[in-house]
Amino acid sequence: MTVTTDSVRSALEQAPALDRVESHLHPAGSFEVSDHEVPTGREEIWRFTPLKRLKGLHADAPLDGRNTKATWNAPEGVSVGVVTGDEARALRGVSGWAPNTRFTARVLAEVPATLLVDVPADVEASEPIVVEVDGTDADVTSGAHVVLRFGTHSKAVVVLNHTGSAAVAAVVEVVVADGAEASVVSIQDWADDAVHLSHHQARVGRDATYKHAAISFGGDLVRMDANVTYDGPGGSAELLGLYFADAGQHIEHRIFADHTAPRTKSHAVYKGALQGEKAHTVWVGNVLIRKVAEGIETYEENRNLVLTDGCHADSIPNLEIETGEIVGAGHASATARFDDNQLFYLQSRGVSEKEAQRLVVHGFFNDLIRKVGVPSIEERLLATVEAELAKNVLKELF
Amino acid sequence: MSKLVITDLHVTVDTEDGPKEILKGVTLTINEGETHAIMGPNGSGKSTLAYSIAGHPKYTITGGSVTLDGQDVLSLSVDERARAGLFLAMQYPVEVPGVSVSNFLRTAKTAIDGEAPKLRTWVKDVNAALEQLNLDPSFGTRSVNEGFSGGEKKRHEIAQLELLDPQVAVLDETDSGLDIDALKVVSEGVNRFRAREGKGVLLITHYTRILRYIEPDFVHVFVDGKVAESGGKELADELEASGYDKYLTKANA
Ligand SMILES: Nc1ncnc2c1ncn2[C@@H]1O[C@H](COP(=O)(O)OP(=O)(O)OP(=O)(O)O)[C@@H](O)[C@H]1O
Ligand SMILES: [Mg+2]
Repeated sequence: MTVTTDSVRSALEQAPALDRVESHLHPAGSFEVSDHEVPTGREEIWRFTPLKRLKGLHADAPLDGRNTKATWNAPEGVSVGVVTGDEARALRGVSGWAPNTRFTARVLAEVPATLLVDVPADVEASEPIVVEVDGTDADVTSGAHVVLRFGTHSKAVVVLNHTGSAAVAAVVEVVVADGAEASVVSIQDWADDAVHLSHHQARVGRDATYKHAAISFGGDLVRMDANVTYDGPGGSAELLGLYFADAGQHIEHRIFADHTAPRTKSHAVYKGALQGEKAHTVWVGNVLIRKVAEGIETYEENRNLVLTDGCHADSIPNLEIETGEIVGAGHASATARFDDNQLFYLQSRGVSEKEAQRLVVHGFFNDLIRKVGVPSIEERLLATVEAELAKNVLKELF
Repeated sequence: MSKLVITDLHVTVDTEDGPKEILKGVTLTINEGETHAIMGPNGSGKSTLAYSIAGHPKYTITGGSVTLDGQDVLSLSVDERARAGLFLAMQYPVEVPGVSVSNFLRTAKTAIDGEAPKLRTWVKDVNAALEQLNLDPSFGTRSVNEGFSGGEKKRHEIAQLELLDPQVAVLDETDSGLDIDALKVVSEGVNRFRAREGKGVLLITHYTRILRYIEPDFVHVFVDGKVAESGGKELADELEASGYDKYLTKANA
């Protein structure tokens, strides 16, 4: 589509105009795989990730394995399909970003096909576009490139639902054109042995609204970087995350809101619960407010609820501000166990300890689940929280 | 039947300097249908008594007993005590984010009765209880106590009292922070509860004001972790006139 090509070009032309910011948030981007060393684990951006469990996805594991099956629906006016060849090549870096890690560079260079969801200008999708990605084999490694393109003044919800067993490195590029209203929900509901390393990169147009929800329950290791840049003033991004780590799981979410334009907004809320031996979660919330980004507003928040002994939550908000002319910037981070007073209050009304804990955990996630704003997903999330609770916490109390 | 008997109750809390004794031998019997007021200065241990009866984990019982109709209350968990018929209206009700009042009330009622309330009558009962306490029906969808004003929290406690219908209610400074209209509304709620068959009330307060609306059968002056004097409601009038001074000097001497 012409709109997209044009705006990619203008974005690329615009990029050098932004001052280069010396910051660990910005390892130089490059499409050349050889420009990216294999990470050792000592790098700032890899220090929490157990590389050994990545099945080589961060290094040189083959990305051409067949280990997933994808199916989807396409509401009227929306096209969803796999493109290859020149068409796929033209979509590499369509979000106006150059890979900053080896695996993302490799995905763009080596994966021949792109799954393209195209919501043309002015189209309002009548129902969520749901892409089901079902893994078939966790011993096979693969790479995936996905492009979600929301045309000017379009409105749609895209759900990426991951289930089954697989080891996948994925790059999801999202283009939200001017005035569009885009929601992207990525659900990681993998089987216990899955490995999922993914990078979601969105470019939010002038006065556009972008909602990204990262929901991670399953998998041995799930790491997602959800990044946003802005293509013009007035864009707004809501970055939501909900995760539930069980014994032995590593769930890592990083966000990066790069305020590259004035009067833009970012609002991030990530909430997680942990239960069981060696459940480990990581949240790193990076926000950069560049010199040009006057009059922006940003707020980021991460809350973790630790349900049992033996788990560990890392939570690191990181705000870098290069202009004094901002409307508001703030962050909050908290990791806590059950609040004795809350449990006491509920129990003093006759509610058993088990039920009181269940209520508190549901309450902890409730407002976030409502914010996701997709009714079919809300119901599913409530059920999944329930199922997660049944696994561990409640069992221990009998 | 509902008789709450507290005998020589000793309670400590853990502090940085080790355990500190707060209750130093409390003895009190609340017979079926009786309302007892406990009055005492700040820090005398009134809330400690209330929480200890309800079973808050912060407090350690080091001696004495509490029984409800002969059943040992202290060996029960917090929720078992509630299901046995005890209710505590808290001085500082706790916020539970994300849990709606209506979900909370239904869950509590189900736990207390051992079965879910009949849906149709229950919704009516809840709305009526809220309305009688001047709480808008929209409170049903709000998170428990979150963003409630001080007065709304107290009225919400009394709405729970009426709906959960315990045998013995301990009301910890339900009157504090209420303006005169709210005080009347809350008192009417407590009086409706008292009018039910055989209910016991332990009304903890700092001021005599509420006793004009809820007439106690007995008044106890609580000082330094125990009952310093007991009497009829005339004792409240005496306190109104002369305050706690005479007891405090006695306790400090
Ligand atoms: N964790 C603690 N460490 C030290 N002292 C404590 C602790 N908890 C309670 N206390 C003390 O116990 C005493 C009794 O407190 P309590 O709250 O029972 O008093 P109260 O009579 O209800 O007072 P008020 O009228 O202010 O409500 C107070 O002196 C209080 O400071
Ligand atoms: Mg008190």
